[in-house]
Amino acid sequence: MKDIRLVLAFGFRDWLPRSASTLAPRVDIVFWVLVAATAVLVIGLVIANLYFLIRYRRGSKAPRPPLSVSSAKIETTWITLTTIGFLGFYFWGAHVYLFEERPPRDALVINLVARQWMWDIRHENGRREFNELHVPVGEDVRLVMASEDVIHSFFVPAFRLKQDVVPGRLVSTWFHATKTGRFHLFCAEYCGTQHSGMVGDVVVMPAAKYAEWLTHGNTLEPLAQRGRRLFVRYNCSGCHDQPAAIHAPPLAGVYGSLVPLSDGRRIRADDFYLRDSILQPAKDIVAGYANDMPSFQNVVPEGDLLDLINYLKLLGQENESPVPPPAHP
Amino acid sequence: MPATAESPPPRSHSPNYLESGHTVGSWLLTLDHKRIALLYLFSITFFFAIAATAAALMRIELLTPAGDLVTSDTYNRLFTLHGVIMVWFFLIPSIPAVLGNFIIPLMIGAREVAFPRLNLFSWYLFMAGGSFTLYSIIAGGVDTGWTFYAPYSSTYSNSHVMAMAAGIFVAGFGSIATGLNFIVTIHKLRAPGLTWGRLPLFIWSMYATSIILVLATPVLAMSLLLIALERVFGVGVFDPKLGGDPILFQHLFWFYSHPAVYIMILPGMGVVSETIAAFARKPVFGYSVVAASSLAIAGLGFLVWGHHMFVSSQSVTAGLVFSLLSFLVAVPSAIKVFNWTATLHRGSISFETPMLYALGFMGLFTIGGMTGVMLATLPIDVHVTDTYFVVAHFHYIMVGGMVMAYMGGIHYWWPKISGRLYHEWLARIAAITTFAGFNLTFFPQFILGYLGMPRRYHVYPPEFQALNVLSTAGASILGIGYLMPLLYLTWSFFWGRRAGPNPWGATGLEWKTPSPAPEHNFDEIPVVTSRAYDYPPPQPAGASGGT
Amino acid sequence: MGNTLLHPAPSHFSSREQHDSANHLGMWTFLSTEILFFGGVLACYSIYRWTYPQAFHVGSEHLEYWIGTLNTGILLTSSLFMALGDLAIKAGARRAVTWNLVATWLLGATFLGLKFYEYYLTAKEGHVPGSHFHFDGPLAPQVELFMFLYFATTGLHAMHMMFGLGAITWLLWLNHRGKLTAEHNAPVGMVALYWHFVDCVWIFLYPLLYLVS
Repeated sequence: MKDIRLVLAFGFRDWLPRSASTLAPRVDIVFWVLVAATAVLVIGLVIANLYFLIRYRRGSKAPRPPLSVSSAKIETTWITLTTIGFLGFYFWGAHVYLFEERPPRDALVINLVARQWMWDIRHENGRREFNELHVPVGEDVRLVMASEDVIHSFFVPAFRLKQDVVPGRLVSTWFHATKTGRFHLFCAEYCGTQHSGMVGDVVVMPAAKYAEWLTHGNTLEPLAQRGRRLFVRYNCSGCHDQPAAIHAPPLAGVYGSLVPLSDGRRIRADDFYLRDSILQPAKDIVAGYANDMPSFQNVVPEGDLLDLINYLKLLGQENESPVPPPAHP
Repeated sequence: MPATAESPPPRSHSPNYLESGHTVGSWLLTLDHKRIALLYLFSITFFFAIAATAAALMRIELLTPAGDLVTSDTYNRLFTLHGVIMVWFFLIPSIPAVLGNFIIPLMIGAREVAFPRLNLFSWYLFMAGGSFTLYSIIAGGVDTGWTFYAPYSSTYSNSHVMAMAAGIFVAGFGSIATGLNFIVTIHKLRAPGLTWGRLPLFIWSMYATSIILVLATPVLAMSLLLIALERVFGVGVFDPKLGGDPILFQHLFWFYSHPAVYIMILPGMGVVSETIAAFARKPVFGYSVVAASSLAIAGLGFLVWGHHMFVSSQSVTAGLVFSLLSFLVAVPSAIKVFNWTATLHRGSISFETPMLYALGFMGLFTIGGMTGVMLATLPIDVHVTDTYFVVAHFHYIMVGGMVMAYMGGIHYWWPKISGRLYHEWLARIAAITTFAGFNLTFFPQFILGYLGMPRRYHVYPPEFQALNVLSTAGASILGIGYLMPLLYLTWSFFWGRRAGPNPWGATGLEWKTPSPAPEHNFDEIPVVTSRAYDYPPPQPAGASGGT
Repeated sequence: MGNTLLHPAPSHFSSREQHDSANHLGMWTFLSTEILFFGGVLACYSIYRWTYPQAFHVGSEHLEYWIGTLNTGILLTSSLFMALGDLAIKAGARRAVTWNLVATWLLGATFLGLKFYEYYLTAKEGHVPGSHFHFDGPLAPQVELFMFLYFATTGLHAMHMMFGLGAITWLLWLNHRGKLTAEHNAPVGMVALYWHFVDCVWIFLYPLLYLVS
């Protein structure tokens, strides 16, 4: 990688993208090898074409002994070679992609809500920022993202990272920054009038500085704590805090557990399931319970949903007990 | 069809198709496939001019990083207009509806397409669709992008989505009618002796294209209909706030629009096969492989739509499968390029304008194809999708490929269409200008894209300016390259030198009839006794291969 | 031969057979387009039925089951008469053609009448999607989606039916003018193909919409 940079650095420094994540060099090497393969192919074809064009121009004296107009051997050869070459790149690409799609455990989680036309970012302790994402260098960072309106796309070229933020679902992506500095953050999916204004910066800082930065500025209460407050405000607590009396499933320890459903399936209670259960309670009903819960679709904004889920996660850590069997008569 | 270019110029008893009637009605109500082709030619040239103007305004706006020429809303309407009109009202009808309509019956020795009334009706559908679209532009435009992604298009956009969707919907049925007509014509109206194995490769590619037109377009019609119904009734088919799934729209849309990409390249490949054979005076190398690869592209093209959605949170498995299929669809495309190169070997090559366009096509299509392979590679796609890299890639295919081939085809068959010859040197200069301008416009966009400049950006960070200025400079050269043919072709239509029936000394039934073609194409339906491109064996050294 | 003179093939066809086979291929190609057209909306149906099984269950219960079943019978019978009409023209029995086509037409019109009556009943209950949609129950938005797909699919089907009725009327007119004969029977065959296709679409729609429960 370095050699290519050195060769091209003269006058072309700005023509190479910055590279600041563990993913970036892995993507770059596939890309540059493919570029080289393309160059070989194109130059080869140009040479072959020019040679034929000049040698066999009309009126030239080049001998043209009669020639068969097709050859199964030649056709098979180049079909096979092309296929093998392409498959090689496919497997290499797939290998890097699988690395990219395997989120690390124990990553630092940051919540992000996209809306027309801003990035609303919330750190775990309640520090909130807009259009700027501060992260520590050398750590795995996982983003849990939601959109409040249309499709947006979280794109950091220096990380070679892009993930659409699709409304109606939670999406997640991760990165591991390797360099400190300020990098572009773009919205890459067209989202309306100010699409090109939905830009910001990712600020990668040393871990200590990040820790310090977290405690300053626009800090709300910690997300899970805010989640608890919302849990009361939306009156979730009315039923779920006293499960026995109202006959609603208890939520302590539900996060991460396997929940038995009324139709016999079992489902892992992750972020996605919890979100669905709040917005479409009728979709997956917990075994042994009637569906008495109203839908909170269009009632709870995406940011509040994320905080509620943060609260439910914490509820799990405090109390390790799995979902108790329902008190069914 | 032995290539006896020296055979006496056939004289027809019937008037040529241009002189068979001079009233407006004789054009607007014509059932003659050649006149309908000209109706399409004028209409799509008009649409091309509109969409090219939008592109020019965009390129001027992008000269500076700030949004200083037009507002964001205007810019968003410009690129939507450019995309919608170029795709549905220029590229998709370009080679099929103009050259296909004109040449297919002539090439297969038929007097007409199978359903002449349906053919005329398809032009009216096209124009009705175009009128809706023009109305939506005049009324204030649409700002969704040509992809109409939900829920932006179905709920959030305050622009004239309905009129434009209606326009594309109606024009889509025009495409279906054209495709249907070609399929039946090619099956049922071939001249005696013209077996499938003897068909010119242009016919094979148009056959593959027609299959896509017939099978993919209805799905687009349905998805646009659903978008429209969602806007009218406020029911959430695609809007998650109402219980719908926005990704479903992308699946439906790309199920059409990816095959549509092949509608926008397969006909070009057919034209290139014809011109390379004609100007190298040789049969296309590996005829059956080239013909089969058109069908393979059409078939595989239906299975790769998911590669537009690698970052849309579709499953990892789906990503891996669609990536693999996308690599496979690149194989038949690459094979065609190899076979064209091999065709030149031991040919007797001359460099008239259509040949220059064909050679340009080969170069640009190869670059477009290989960058397509890069985009099929999952991690690269994640980085460059929705950036200028993608913009550059598909312009290399659609403009570098299809428009070059279209221009080449227009020049190649111009004598048959107009009965006249254009100014050869002017045409060569235009071809080279187009090639140079094209590369200067779009090559910098590959670099911009890898650097991370997102597409559909009205305002951009200043470090991208240098490359954007280069691109705009290229676009002005490209503009000259397109303007020149418009002028000299128009001039030659009225005052050009008269062309004989076969100015290129090419084989093919279309060259066996006078130029311009007589109203009923052939006085007597020809009988075919040999394979396509049956050029005489190479002459001894020193002799030129035919006159 | 005399017959060919009476109805000459358009000049670009070399024979009546070539013309007829071109028409048939054209019709089949058109029907393949139609299959893909309905395929788009049926893809939506399958995705949402998989996502919201209960809502589709509930929604289906609010359709008029008896009308759907009755209509299925009516349409199948109409297809039978259509097929008989096709056979009749091949035998040159022009009177029989008329009666069979009239029967097909009447059954088709009955189908549409019942269909619109069902729409009326659904509208009375407030189950038409849109701003006036009204449904009591926790699954209202999803049931609305079901109703939307119900109206979209059956509405498109009804439009195809109306087009088919028009085509049968055209055949009756042709027959009245004596333009249909044992040799020149292609128009009947083409319309029959179309009618059977529309019938087939309903055979898919009926279980998908009415028999969810």
